[in-house]
Amino acid sequence: MDRTIAIDVSRLCKSYDSHKAVDDLSFQVYAGEIFGLLGPNGAGKSTTLRTLITLLHPTSGRATIMGYDSVREADQVRTVIGYVPQERAIDRFLTGREHLQLLGALYHLTKEEAAKRIGELLKLVELEAHADRPAKTYSGGMKRKLDIACGLLPDPKILFLDEPTLGLDVQSRLRIWEYVRMLKARGMTVVMTTNYLDEADRLCDRLAIIDGGKIKTLGSPAELKIALGGDIVALTLKEANRIPLLESDLIDRPAIKTVKATAKGLDIRVESPEKALPTILESANRLGCDIEFIQYNRPRLDDVFIAHTGRAITESAPEVESE
Amino acid sequence: MAHYWQEINALTMRWVRRLSREKFSMLFTLVQPMLFWLIFFGNLFQRAADTQVMQAPNYISFLAAGVVVMTVLNNGLAGGVDLLFDKENGFLERLMSTPIHRTSVILSRFIFVMAITSMQVLVILGVSYLFGVYPATGILGVATILFIGMMFGVGLTAISMAMAFSVKSHGDFFSVLGFLSLPMIFLSSALVPLTAMPGWMSFLAQFNPMTWAIDAVRPLILSGWAEALPHVGMVVLVMLVFDALCLYGGAKAFRRAMG
Repeated sequence: MDRTIAIDVSRLCKSYDSHKAVDDLSFQVYAGEIFGLLGPNGAGKSTTLRTLITLLHPTSGRATIMGYDSVREADQVRTVIGYVPQERAIDRFLTGREHLQLLGALYHLTKEEAAKRIGELLKLVELEAHADRPAKTYSGGMKRKLDIACGLLPDPKILFLDEPTLGLDVQSRLRIWEYVRMLKARGMTVVMTTNYLDEADRLCDRLAIIDGGKIKTLGSPAELKIALGGDIVALTLKEANRIPLLESDLIDRPAIKTVKATAKGLDIRVESPEKALPTILESANRLGCDIEFIQYNRPRLDDVFIAHTGRAITESAPEVESE
Repeated sequence: MAHYWQEINALTMRWVRRLSREKFSMLFTLVQPMLFWLIFFGNLFQRAADTQVMQAPNYISFLAAGVVVMTVLNNGLAGGVDLLFDKENGFLERLMSTPIHRTSVILSRFIFVMAITSMQVLVILGVSYLFGVYPATGILGVATILFIGMMFGVGLTAISMAMAFSVKSHGDFFSVLGFLSLPMIFLSSALVPLTAMPGWMSFLAQFNPMTWAIDAVRPLILSGWAEALPHVGMVVLVMLVFDALCLYGGAKAFRRAMG
């Protein structure tokens, strides 16, 4: 596929003293996609993100954002990006509108431009009614909305979100996801870090799983799951002696990848359950194999994560070994 | 250049807005030094202090110069606190991810701290006036006092910002701040003239830039231009060196923190 490249990261390294936070990272982000950096705390996601938004200088390697080098052309990069930090980067004493006005001045907008854009953004994130209250009166979800409005103020080509739904309640999370999808629909490129698997799965077009400063795997959530070997249909037959018969009948049928006999039945890896299930049931019927139990398992992103990092995302990263 | 000005103006107005939202805190910021030091401490020692030793008509008139410079000291050393909080909650990162000149944030802080300090110094001189302390060098002398205060304040604010950018936690920041502030005051001519100090204290106090500032401000209030001018010339030299050192250290800390 020939797609416009919005971000090009090439052999990026960032070390602190002897610790390599980011170790030889290379990837590309296409224009118009939602790209996720998924990994546990301390994996190097935030370091990568901070390099892309020009706040950190790489130890070696380089990153270009819309063709601009993140170090040499940092000022140009800053004019095309919006950033939503991980912490609630809110000044408690300023009102929502004052936050946006301050940023308007820092992006060198005229008063009229800024006022127009601020009006639109407050409407977008549904904060119009609260725009003139100090931010200390806002709820967590409202602060996050203000955060996002701040990130959108420069009308960026690329929006960077650092853990956008960390610590939010379910409703606020869904709301934020809706915004992100809407921004994508408007043509914006979105780069986000997350350590929530469901968020990465449901929101990102493509994602990189990062652990120990390295990319473990990269692709769309569906690709990553298929790469594990597809969905599994597990059958339990009433009569165990019929198992070999059904096994030989299902091998090499379309939509079925592998068939493996188990003690009580078969584990069948399928490409798509929609196509495979009718075939399986038809065979079983034709051969007179009564099915006692049928179970369908779809690999989740958790399985992908465990397969590539050797542990669940909830387990913290191992301490850096001293070598 | 127009962009630079727009940035600094917006960032400075943010500090002003914050302060105006904290009316209670603003009142205390303004009132505290003159209440604690000038009114309480000054009146407390009015009769205990020996005017022969002070070489001043009374203790309050002696103390006024000290309180002015103490205010500069405390405001300067606390000048980086808001940047520390900005650093900790990510606001600073948000600001630095915008296409602003890298120095805008810092410059806005300098402007704000200097403005607040100048206002406080004027309030202190005003209250002293009510207690019968009339600056001997008049309006021009008051302007000179403000100028000296700003020269001292720039270096102190730079130290404070350097600390804000370097410390790991704000607990560290406030520990160092508390540790610095009182010894700086006691080891200076703020409360007692050097001649009345124990030898080792007056020895140490000579190396305190605060002493030089006070020694210039005091004759501006008590004596007149003839006695003040040599001290003013001297303090300008001392402060040039002091500011250069502090700004150099501050710039280094800032560059390290901001990549």
